[in-house]
Amino acid sequence: MTTQSIKWFWFASPATFYPLAGTLARVTGLLAAVFTLAGLYVGFFVAPTDAQQGEAYRIIYVHVPAAWMSMFIYVVMAFWAAVGFAMQTRLSAMMARSLAPTGALMTFIALWTGSLWGKPTWGTWWVWDARLTSELILLFLYFGYMALVASIDERRRADKAGALLLLVGVVNIPIIHYSVQWWNTLHQGASVSVSKGSSMAPSMLTGMLLVALGFWMYSIAVAMVRVRCEIRENE
Amino acid sequence: MSEFFYMGGYGFYVWGSYGVAFALLAIELVLLRKRTQRK
Repeated sequence: MTTQSIKWFWFASPATFYPLAGTLARVTGLLAAVFTLAGLYVGFFVAPTDAQQGEAYRIIYVHVPAAWMSMFIYVVMAFWAAVGFAMQTRLSAMMARSLAPTGALMTFIALWTGSLWGKPTWGTWWVWDARLTSELILLFLYFGYMALVASIDERRRADKAGALLLLVGVVNIPIIHYSVQWWNTLHQGASVSVSKGSSMAPSMLTGMLLVALGFWMYSIAVAMVRVRCEIRENE
Repeated sequence: MSEFFYMGGYGFYVWGSYGVAFALLAIELVLLRKRTQRK
């Protein structure tokens, strides 16, 4: 066993992770405010008006970051669920519990802003197409996880059941991602991809990525504060 | 200034998105603050 892995196991103990979580929360909380404000500034005052959608497109600066985080947080929770099964670490279930409310919130924000974007551009608040439906299922997965974990009194059993739900539900994430390719849908395809780059104006992309970074930092900060509550309430 | 809030006629949709999104984030922070202060 290398020194590196010993260090990681050292922080797997809730008691030693507690102060680290506090430091992380302060740093990421500050970064969240800076990145989000910078991104909104670029999005509203630097980026041009969209040629097709006019000013309505500016919803993108909250919609896409929230949608990305809604999926990313779920994957991170599923990762902690897997770690919990493999290593039997108490902290991994606490991490999953701490991320769930923020993940649900991001999912709701993605759906809400998408609805308000759909009305002026598609002419409807909601359609039962693949992208929207799979994102709604993601919201129910978050609610299901939180309800399941809260409904079982014995913590170890609750966390086991929750972890199983998280690992099964993770199949929904690629479905959301590829839904715009696999099915005919009103929702547009990806404007940004790792392989093909971006089809947006550079300033639009910058604003969107900055807010996404801000939301990412926000999610870490909130999860770290929440995991400290979990540790305090249970250790 | 009013032109900025008018958003080319899309003000309701744009500010409805940002208003609700950031209000919810603020509520999450308030609830979390309450939880940290609970002994």
